[in-house]
Amino acid sequence: MPPLFPDAASTMATRVDALYFFLLAISAFFGLLIAGLIVYFALKFHRRTAEQIGARIHGAMSLEIGWTVIPLMITMVLFVWGASVYFAMAYPPEETLNIYVVGKQWMWKFQHLDGQREINELHVPVGRAVKLITTSEDVIHDFFVPAFRIKADVIPGRYVTIWFQATKPGRYRLFCAEYCGTKHSGMIGEVVAMEPSEYQTWLGGGAAEGSLASAGAKLFQDLACNTCHRPDAQGRGPVLEGLFGKTVMLQSGETVTADEAYVRESILQPAARVTAGFQPIMPTFQGLVTEEQLLELVEYIKSLQALPQVQTR
Amino acid sequence: MASSTLLIPPRHYLNDGYGIKSWLLTRDHKRIALLYLAGVTLFFFVGGAMAVLIRIDLATPPGDLVTDETYNKLFTMHGVMMVFFFLIPAIPAVLGNFLVPIMIGAKDLAFPKLNLFSWYIYIVGGLFTLYALVSGGVDTGWTFYTPFSTVASTTNVIPTALGIFITGFSSILTGLNFIVTIHRMRAPGMTWFRMPLFLWSIYATSLINVLGTPVIAITVLLVAAERIFHFGFFDPRVGGDPVLFQHLFWFYSHPAVYIMVLPAMGVVSELVAAGCRKPVFGYPFVAFASLGIAVLGFLVWGHHMFVAGESVYSALIFSILSFLVAIPSAVKVFNWTATMFKGAVSWETPMLYAYGFIGLFTIGGLTGLFLATVAVDVHVTDTYFVIAHFHYIMVGGTIMGYLGGVHYWWPKISGRLYNEALAKISAGIIFIGFNLTFFPQFVLGYLGMPRRYHAYPPDFQVLNVLSSAGASILGVGYLIPMIYLMWSLRYGRLAGSNPWGAVGLEWTTTSPPPTENFAETPLVTWDAYDCHAPSESHVA
Amino acid sequence: MPEAVRDHSHVPGLAHHFDTLDQQTEATTLGMWVFLVTEVLFFGGLFTVYTVYRSWYPGAFAAASHELDITLGTINTAVLITSSLTMALAVHAAQLGERRTLLIFLAATMLLGGVFLGIKGFEYYHKFVEHHVPGSSFQFEQEYFRHAQIFFSLYFMMTGLHALHMVIGFGIMLVMFWWAWKGTITLEYYSPIEISGLYWHFVDIVWIFLFPLLYLIGRHAH
Repeated sequence: MPPLFPDAASTMATRVDALYFFLLAISAFFGLLIAGLIVYFALKFHRRTAEQIGARIHGAMSLEIGWTVIPLMITMVLFVWGASVYFAMAYPPEETLNIYVVGKQWMWKFQHLDGQREINELHVPVGRAVKLITTSEDVIHDFFVPAFRIKADVIPGRYVTIWFQATKPGRYRLFCAEYCGTKHSGMIGEVVAMEPSEYQTWLGGGAAEGSLASAGAKLFQDLACNTCHRPDAQGRGPVLEGLFGKTVMLQSGETVTADEAYVRESILQPAARVTAGFQPIMPTFQGLVTEEQLLELVEYIKSLQALPQVQTR
Repeated sequence: MASSTLLIPPRHYLNDGYGIKSWLLTRDHKRIALLYLAGVTLFFFVGGAMAVLIRIDLATPPGDLVTDETYNKLFTMHGVMMVFFFLIPAIPAVLGNFLVPIMIGAKDLAFPKLNLFSWYIYIVGGLFTLYALVSGGVDTGWTFYTPFSTVASTTNVIPTALGIFITGFSSILTGLNFIVTIHRMRAPGMTWFRMPLFLWSIYATSLINVLGTPVIAITVLLVAAERIFHFGFFDPRVGGDPVLFQHLFWFYSHPAVYIMVLPAMGVVSELVAAGCRKPVFGYPFVAFASLGIAVLGFLVWGHHMFVAGESVYSALIFSILSFLVAIPSAVKVFNWTATMFKGAVSWETPMLYAYGFIGLFTIGGLTGLFLATVAVDVHVTDTYFVIAHFHYIMVGGTIMGYLGGVHYWWPKISGRLYNEALAKISAGIIFIGFNLTFFPQFVLGYLGMPRRYHAYPPDFQVLNVLSSAGASILGVGYLIPMIYLMWSLRYGRLAGSNPWGAVGLEWTTTSPPPTENFAETPLVTWDAYDCHAPSESHVA
Repeated sequence: MPEAVRDHSHVPGLAHHFDTLDQQTEATTLGMWVFLVTEVLFFGGLFTVYTVYRSWYPGAFAAASHELDITLGTINTAVLITSSLTMALAVHAAQLGERRTLLIFLAATMLLGGVFLGIKGFEYYHKFVEHHVPGSSFQFEQEYFRHAQIFFSLYFMMTGLHALHMVIGFGIMLVMFWWAWKGTITLEYYSPIEISGLYWHFVDIVWIFLFPLLYLIGRHAH
C-alpha cells in the first residue's frame, strides 16, 4: 500500500496538517454541494419537450449577499488561522542550533559550527530548534523537507534562514524544490534526526578540521583582514570585536543591524554600506572567497567578543 | 422558439471568395477566427504530445524514457506551448473573434486589418518558438527563473523569449480591438447591461490583456538582453536581484491565468443560459464579478513567491488579497448553479461541458484556497499539488469551456450539426480521463513530490501510474472530436439558424452567417437571454 | 429586398464596417489611447527595475549618471519638445484644412526627430569609446564597478527602446506626409494626423521622464 499522507516529524507539521484538514473539510463540503446540486437540478428539471423554456427568474439579492458574505467569512477564518501558523514558521525561537547550508548544482553542502561537513545528508538532534542559514552558489534552489513541512528558496547572493524542530528520530527526505537544471531531480538527500545523546556521539566522531569559527580565524589572517580591522581601534577599518548583532551607524546616516547578510555584503561589496566615520577604501573580495569561506568568516566574526576597553566610534 | 429554415443560405462567409489569398488576406473576423482555430489546434497538439511523453516517462520512478536534458526541455515546451500559444489565445481569438461583432450587432471588429495582423504576429511568434524547440529545445521551464535562464542554461532561451515577445503583441492588439469594438460598435439599443455575459468576460479579459501583457513583454526582453549583451539586471554577481525577475514575471503571469479562465467562464454563462432556457441568475453580479476578478487579479502576484524570499508582511498582504479574489469566482459558481433551478435543463453536449466546468472549476478554485493559506502553501508550493490545482482550472476549466463553446457554436460557424452520440461519449471520456490524471496529483503533492522531477522515489509510483493512465484516456478523449467535427463539415446535417432554440443575436442570423453578419443592423429592445426576444432579426 | 447597406463610397476615408465617420474617429482615437496605456505598462516595467536599483545603489547611479553628456541630453530634450510643438501645429493645420502648412510642420517634426536620433547615435558611439558599454570591455572606477554596469545596462535598454519608438514614429510621420501629399487628409478626414500626434507626444513624454532619471542624478546647480 503506497503512502497517501506524509510523515509528520516536526513541531510545525501537526499545526500545518490541522489547517490542511480544515481546508479539506471546507473543500469537500462545497465541492459535494455544488456537484450534488448540479446533478440534482439536471435530473429534476431535465427538459421534457423541445419547446420547453425555463422559469423567468432573474436573481435574488438575499442569496447574492449570502453567498458572498459566507465565503468571505470562511476565507477570513482561514487567513487568520493561516497567518498565526505562518508567523510561528517565519520567526525562529531565541535559542537555536545553527547550521549553514550551501546549495549548488546539484548537491547540498552542510556545515556544522564545530566544523563537521556533510554532503546531501544532515544530522540534527531531535527536540531542539535548528536554524538553517542557507545560500546558493549558482542558481536558485529550494530546501524542502516534506516531513517537517518546511520549504524555502535558496538564493544566490543572499542568506535565507529557515528553522524547524524535529519531534521524532528518523530519516526524512530532502528535496530540491526549485527547478535548477539538468539534475534537479537528483538534488535530493536526507535529514537524519537523532536522539540528543546519539547526536552528541555523532558530533564527537567527526570533524578533524576544527570549527567553522577557527577556520574563519585562519582565513581572516590569510586574507590580511587583520591589517585594517584591529581590536585596538588603530586600524583603518572598524573594530569587529563585539560588532555582530549590534546596530551600526552608516555614512549615509541610516542604521543597519550587523547580521550575517551585512557581514557578507561588507566582504563582497565593501562600498555599499560604509560605517560612519570610515573611508570607503576596503577592497572587494568578490571572486576571492567561496560561499563556504564566507560562512567561516561570518562565524568567526560572530565569535569575536567585545573587548572591555574598546569604544565603538 | 424553433428555428425557421433548415437551408444553408446561398451566400455566406465561407463561400464568399475562394482560394488561399481570400483566406490569408481576409479582413472578415469570422475567417480570422478560423485561421486562429487552425493555429491553436496545431499548438495544442504539439503541447499535448509533450505531455504524453512526460506522463509515459513518469510511469516509472527512474527517468528512463528520455535523458534528463530532454525531459527538462519537454516540460518547458509543454508549458510554453500550452500557456502562450493555446490557453491565452484560444477562446478570445477563436470564439471571441467570431462572436464579438455578431453578439453586439456589428459588421466586424473596430480594426479588421489589425485583427489579421494580430494573427500573423501570433503565427510568426509561434514559428519562432517551434524553431527553438526543433533546433534543440529550451530547458528553463515556462517560468524562465533567473539566474538559471540568464546565466546557467545552455539552451535556446533567446529565440523562445523572442517568440513569446512577438506573440504577446497579438494578445495586446486583440484585446485593444475588443475593447474599442465593445465601447463603440454596439448596435442601437444594445446597452452594456443587455450584452450577453460572454461579452462582459471578453471585455474583462481584454483589460487584462492590454494592461498585463506589456509587462511580460519587457520581462522576456530583459532576459533576452541579459543573455545577448551580458547586462546584469538579475545577476547577483553584478549586484542584480534574481527575485526581481519573479516579481516582474508574475505581475503578468498571475493575471494571465485570468485571461485563460475568464473567457471560459463567459462561455459557460452562455451555455448555462441556453441549456436551461433561462436568464443567468444574478446577471449584474456575474458581470461585475468578471470585472472584479480582472482588477483583484493584478494584486495577488506575490502568492507565487511565498517561499521565494518575500517578507512576512508582503506574504500576508498577498495572502489576504488572494482570498478576496476567490470570492467573485465563487459568486459566479453559485449563480450558474442557481440558474439551473427551475430551468428547462438540456443534456446536450455543450451543456455537459458547462456542468463539467462548474464542478471541476470549483475543485480547482477550492484548492486555490490551500495555496492562499501561506502556512499550507509553504508545504505544497513547487509540488504536484500546485500542478494539480492549475490543471483543474486550465484543463478542467478552460479547455472544457473551450470545447463546450466550440460544440455550441459549431452549427453557427459551419452550418452543420455534429454526431451528438459521439460528442457525448467524448465528453465523458474527457471527464473521466481528466480526473484520473490530476486528482492523484493532489495526493502526490502533499506527500512531497516536487515539480519538474524526472525521477522520483519508488513509493510514489502507484499514484504516478494512475495519473499516466488517466492521461492516455484524456488524450483519446481529445482526439475523437477532431474526427467527428471534421466529418460533420462534409456530412453533417444542416443546422439552420437556431438549432438550440437559444436567445442571442448570433442565433438570429443564418448558419453560416453572411460576411457582413446581418442583412440589416439589428435594433435591440430586449434583455440578454430574454426568451421573448424575436428569434429572427428584422428592421424595427 | 431589405434596405440597402449604407453607401460608404461618398464618404472619404470611411471604412465599410463603420456606420459614420464620427463613429470611426471615436473608435480610432480610443484605440490609440488604449495602445498608449499598453506602452505605459511596457516602459513601466523598465522604470520599476530602475527604481529598485537606484534606491539600492544611489552612489553608483550618481557616479555613472555624471558620465553622460548633459549638454547633448539637454539639447535633445529641447529638440524633442520642439518637435512636439511642430506636431501640435501640424494637427492644427490639418484641422483647418491647410495642406501646405500641414506638410511643412510634418516635415519639421521629422527633421527634429532625425536630429534627436543623430545626437543619440553620437552619444552611443561616445559610450562605446569610453568603455561604458556593459560586458567584457566595461571600465569604471573600482568602487562602483559592478553597480555602474547595471546603470548603463538600464541606460542602453531604456534609451534604446525609446529610440526604437522614435524610429517607428518617424515611419508613421512618413506615411502621414504621404497621405497629406496625396490629398487623403482633408478638412473632413484628418483624424490620422491627430492620432499620430498622440503617439508622437507620448514618445516625447517618455523622454521627459528618461532625461532627469538618467542624466540628472545627483547634479546640483552650480
